Amino acid sequence: MRFGLSDEQKMLDESVRGYLTRALPLDEVRRITVEGGGFDVSLARGLSEQGLSGLCVPEAHGGAGLGMVEAAVVAEALGYAAAPYGFAGACVMAPLAIARAGDGGLQDEMLGAIAAGERRVAVDFSALAGTTGAADLQLAGKTLSGRATHLLDPGGATDLLVALADGRMALVAADSAGVAPGLRKTIDRTRPFGEASFEGAQARVLDAANEPLAVASDIVGIGRLMIAADSLGAGQRMIDQAVSYALEREQFGRKIGSFQAVKHMCAEMVAMLEPCRSLIWYAAYAQQHGTEDAPLVIRHAKAHLGEVTREVSRMATEVHGGMGFTDLLGLHFWYKRITFDRQVLGGPERCRSEAGVLQGWAAA
Amino acid sequence: MDLEYSERHRALQQEIREFAAKEGHRSPKTGGGRKRPDLKTLDWQALLLERGYFARTIPKKYGGYGAAPDVVEAAIIADEFSKAGLYPGIMNQGISMLVPTLLEVGREDQKEQWVETTIRGKTIWCQGYSEPGSGSDLAAARTRAELDGDHFVVNGQKIWTSSAHYADMMFLLCRTEPDKGKHDGLSYLLLSMKTPGIEVRPLTTMTGRAEFNETFFTDVRVPAAQIVMGRGDGWRVANITLKYERMLLGDPNKLMHRLNSIQNLMERTEIDGARIIELSEYRDRLLKLQGEVLAWKYHGMRLLTDLANDEDSGVRRLIVKYVGTMLGHRLSSLAVDVLSAAGLSYDPQGEDKDDDEATTWHIDYMYDVGLIIGGGTSQIQKNIIAERGLGLPREPKPKEQAAAR
Ligand SMILES: Cc1cc2nc3c(=O)[nH]c(=O)nc-3n(C[C@H](O)[C@H](O)[C@H](O)COP(=O)(O)OP(=O)(O)OC[C@H]3O[C@@H](n4cnc5c(N)ncnc54)[C@H](O)[C@@H]3O)c2cc1C
Repeated sequence: MRFGLSDEQKMLDESVRGYLTRALPLDEVRRITVEGGGFDVSLARGLSEQGLSGLCVPEAHGGAGLGMVEAAVVAEALGYAAAPYGFAGACVMAPLAIARAGDGGLQDEMLGAIAAGERRVAVDFSALAGTTGAADLQLAGKTLSGRATHLLDPGGATDLLVALADGRMALVAADSAGVAPGLRKTIDRTRPFGEASFEGAQARVLDAANEPLAVASDIVGIGRLMIAADSLGAGQRMIDQAVSYALEREQFGRKIGSFQAVKHMCAEMVAMLEPCRSLIWYAAYAQQHGTEDAPLVIRHAKAHLGEVTREVSRMATEVHGGMGFTDLLGLHFWYKRITFDRQVLGGPERCRSEAGVLQGWAAA
Repeated sequence: MDLEYSERHRALQQEIREFAAKEGHRSPKTGGGRKRPDLKTLDWQALLLERGYFARTIPKKYGGYGAAPDVVEAAIIADEFSKAGLYPGIMNQGISMLVPTLLEVGREDQKEQWVETTIRGKTIWCQGYSEPGSGSDLAAARTRAELDGDHFVVNGQKIWTSSAHYADMMFLLCRTEPDKGKHDGLSYLLLSMKTPGIEVRPLTTMTGRAEFNETFFTDVRVPAAQIVMGRGDGWRVANITLKYERMLLGDPNKLMHRLNSIQNLMERTEIDGARIIELSEYRDRLLKLQGEVLAWKYHGMRLLTDLANDEDSGVRRLIVKYVGTMLGHRLSSLAVDVLSAAGLSYDPQGEDKDDDEATTWHIDYMYDVGLIIGGGTSQIQKNIIAERGLGLPREPKPKEQAAAR
């Protein structure tokens, strides 16, 4: 009986964090995001070798077949490093959607290649997650038309997976006829959004699931969980940086960390963020085991992390004074990542409102 | 993460449900609890101890149930009791603070003498820490205790002593070694409130009730053996008690239970013909709090795991009092706002009677500010989190400050 990580999970955490520390000094984050458009082939290869691309792919298809707790641990580590790498969509949502709703042929074709890092699938589930901007996708038979505007993890994408409001999901190769993909800039340059217009593109429909809407909604929940875990890592990083800056910077002849106002900002940040880790762990556990409260807890995790990390990102920047506002220090990478995480796949307002509906407190 | 219910856990859950169905009518009302337990409460407490739904991990020889710590068992018991609306057992300063302190550092004879009678709710304790001149600066306590033969003789004054007007015993922080430093000169004594020379004067609080007191000591003789640990160890023992006090004040189960009550309140209270839960502004406040309380509940389970594994929780534990009491106040604030919207009503009946629902919430709403202050204020908690938890430098002493200028 244990509420916490197992030894194996701790080892995974350490090894991913160790790799990210070596591979991603701040200069690299800067280079990849500012010059490189938010995706780097060699970083992606390295992270595949670390097992990230195959983490959620079933063992039968050459992946590690690990669960939600492991995935959340990795997502947190990536957020901590502000890693310019799409994980939630390309490494978690896409393979799980294919594994659960794709037919045998599609699974054979895609899953092994995803695990090996040979294919990366960008996903757009905004039709189910309340993102602004009309999703006007139409799927007639196997022909996809319209526009997807919130493609998560477009970096290095070989394929695009889009969900329709009724839960049907369609997979299209990025280079196939009738597909015009592009990149959109958001505040977070570590993970740009993609967009694509489709004109009679040939799609593979993921129609093996009995209840497509239930499966697609579940995949949205999983994505939310990953994004929330990412913001947990980003928030933790900002706190750690604030604390170490407070131990270093001097004013009025003393360390600023000895001023109560600064101390109290730091205390408030941990007091807010630390319980979030337990919420994420529990939500991941609940999702993995399909407990009854999983849909509710995941929505709360996404909403609550969004609120807390907004405060943390503001306060941690404040602790740094003017330095916090500069580009030089790079703290803004985390500030922006947190801003993105809050909104993507549904912001706190949306998630709470869904939580109200789930509990019968409001009509859908 | 391993929260799987084993056969044993399912059996426990089933057992409690049967218990609730069969014995539930014997449960006192939940909430309240700032008075001496009545007969009904004492009987219920005895029943809970016998079944192991209270003091489950306290060794049998001290009146507990003697089970090994188990996060899931603890969660099942709390959940089932909350769902069934059953009184989860007495929480008071003796049970939640002194008992774990004695179990941690008390002498064998002290444990045998005090633990069982305290967890049964028969011996009520009060906490003699704060003085008029030392609240946040607790270690500056000046109440003296001088050794005279085999007794300490206590002189001085304590203040804000909750329950002193009906307590049987007190755990007292006092100065026994005036020649030693501020922290090294303190000792921790256990004494009977019936000892001659103690005078208790009630103080009325903002709730309108006399819930705490001034306590005066004039040549009060306390057997020297009633010291916990040794002379000069008082600060250490007092901090162990504070550790448990702060865990108690931030207790997630209490907040979970409260959240459920507010939800229930919002489902049946109407404004202009609409249930309050259907009004989005109120609903969103409830939902925000629900997310926070859930995070807090799981944080509590993580702390229990630390405890079961003998792991130091560090900053995770240090945040408990601050977060829990602030959250508690926001919960009762919502309840009061819901009630107020539906018609303000506050009519306390006095300490010995049951108040109506609206009055009870208003009292909690006031008492919660007290809890934010008592046990070390929020500001003091933040100092502790930052200094002990995050390693930030301590406030320079006035002398150092002058030198730095
Ligand atoms: C409901 C209730 C029950 C209580 N029960 C008991 C009891 O049973 N037994 C007992 O012994 N005591 C009890 N107390 C007393 C309680 O522990 C003290 O009130 C508390 O520790 C604060 O001390 P003080 O009242 O002297 O306030 P002060 O110490 O005078 O504090 C006043 C303000 O100054 C701030 N402050 C003080 N020092 C610092 C600092 N270093 N940094 C930042 N801010 C600071 C405080 O945060 C506070 O806001 C109780 C109090 C309440 C409200």
